[in-house]
Amino acid sequence: MNSEAVPLLTGTGLGMIRGERVLFREIGLTLRAGEALVLRGANGTGKTTLLRILAGLTRPETGRVTRAAPCHWFGHREGLKPQETPRTHLTLWARAWGPGADIDAVLTRMGLARPADVAARYLSAGQRRRTALARLLLEDRPVWLLDEPYTALDADGRALVDTLITQHRAKGGALIAAIHGEAGFPASGDLTL
Amino acid sequence: MTAAPLLSAFRQSLGEAWAGGAGALLPLGFLGGAAVLVPLGIGSDADTLRAVGPGILWVALALSSLVTLERIFQADAEDGTLDLWLQAGAPVSAIAAAKTLAHWLSAGLPLALFSPLLALMFQAEASPALLVNVGLYALGSLAFFFWGGVGAALSATVRRGGLLISLIALPLYVPTAIFGALAMSGGPGSTGAPLLLAASTLFACAVAPYAMAAALRLAAD
Repeated sequence: MNSEAVPLLTGTGLGMIRGERVLFREIGLTLRAGEALVLRGANGTGKTTLLRILAGLTRPETGRVTRAAPCHWFGHREGLKPQETPRTHLTLWARAWGPGADIDAVLTRMGLARPADVAARYLSAGQRRRTALARLLLEDRPVWLLDEPYTALDADGRALVDTLITQHRAKGGALIAAIHGEAGFPASGDLTL
Repeated sequence: MTAAPLLSAFRQSLGEAWAGGAGALLPLGFLGGAAVLVPLGIGSDADTLRAVGPGILWVALALSSLVTLERIFQADAEDGTLDLWLQAGAPVSAIAAAKTLAHWLSAGLPLALFSPLLALMFQAEASPALLVNVGLYALGSLAFFFWGGVGAALSATVRRGGLLISLIALPLYVPTAIFGALAMSGGPGSTGAPLLLAASTLFACAVAPYAMAAALRLAAD
C-alpha cells in the first residue's frame, strides 16, 4: 500500500486575522497516515483556530486546506446536552454517523460503565471529557483533530488518551493535537505557533 | 448521504424540548394568556370579539412562536453540538430543517391544536370550520417557525438575542399573517387565501433552511 505517500490532510499558506491582529500566517503542514503532529504555543496564539480551520469549521483568511479523509473534531466544548447520559449521547451519534458501534464496549473502554446512565449535568468535568473522547471510537475517521485532549482528565484518563492515539496511529490514522506540556506519545512532528 | 444524521438531529431536538420539563408549553401559556387578556382589554361584546378573534389569534400565534426560538440553535452553539452537526456528513440546511421541524412539533403544533378552544373564548360558533382553522394555524405556524429559525440561527452566538430574532423574523411573518387572517375572514378574496397561505409556508420551508445553514456556518466560524 502506498498510503504512506498520500497526505490525509494538507494545509498551505494558512493565515488568520482576528480583530486587528494577525494570529498566524503562512502556516503549512502535511499529515500522513500514522503521523502525530503536536501543536504548541502559548495561550492565545491561535492553536484552536488553526485546528478549527483544519476541521473545516472556520474559514482561513488566506491559504487552503485539502482533506483527503474525514476527520474527527474534538474541541473544548464537549457537545453534551445537560439531559443526555453518556449512553444516550453515544447512541445518538452512533446513529447519526451510521455504523453500528458497540456502545457498551465503548463505554467500558472509556471507563464510563458506571456513570453510563447519569445525566451530563451531574457528571464531573473528566467524565464529560471521556464521553466526548468516546465519540472518536464510534466512527472510524482517519484524521483526529484534538484540542487539548488531556484537559480535566486524571492520570488514568491521560493514559487512556495515549493508548487511543497509539492504536489509532497503528491502524493508519493520523492526528494533530494541541497540547501544553508533555505529550504521552511519540510525536512525529512539532508545530509551534 | 443518508437520512441518519437528520433523524438524530430531529430526535435530539425533540428530547431537548421535553427535557426542560414543561419548557415546550411556554408558548402555549403565552398564546393562552394573550387570548384571555385581549377580551379584557377590548370589552366583552360578543360581535366585536367574534370579528377580531381569528386575527388576534394569528397575531398571538406569531408572537408566541418567538418565545422559545432563541434556544434552538444558541444552545448548540454554546455546548459545542453545532460543531458536531457541521461535521455530521449531512447538508447543514437539512440538519437545520430537521431541528426546526422538531421544534415546531413540540412547540408550534400544540399552539394550532389549542386554537379551537381559544376561538370559542372569542365567541366563535362551534362548527367544523374551527377544525379547518386548526389546519390553517398549523400551516401558518410552520412558516413562523422556519422564519423564526433564520433569526435564531443568525443570533445563535448573541447573548440575549431574542430582540434580534424578533427584528429579523417579524417582517418575514407578514405574508403568512396576512394570508392566514384573510383565509378566516370570510371576506372578498378569502377563498384563495388558504392556497396563498400554503404557498407562503412552502416558500418558507424551501428558503429558510439555506439561510439557517449559512447563518450557522457563520456562527461556528
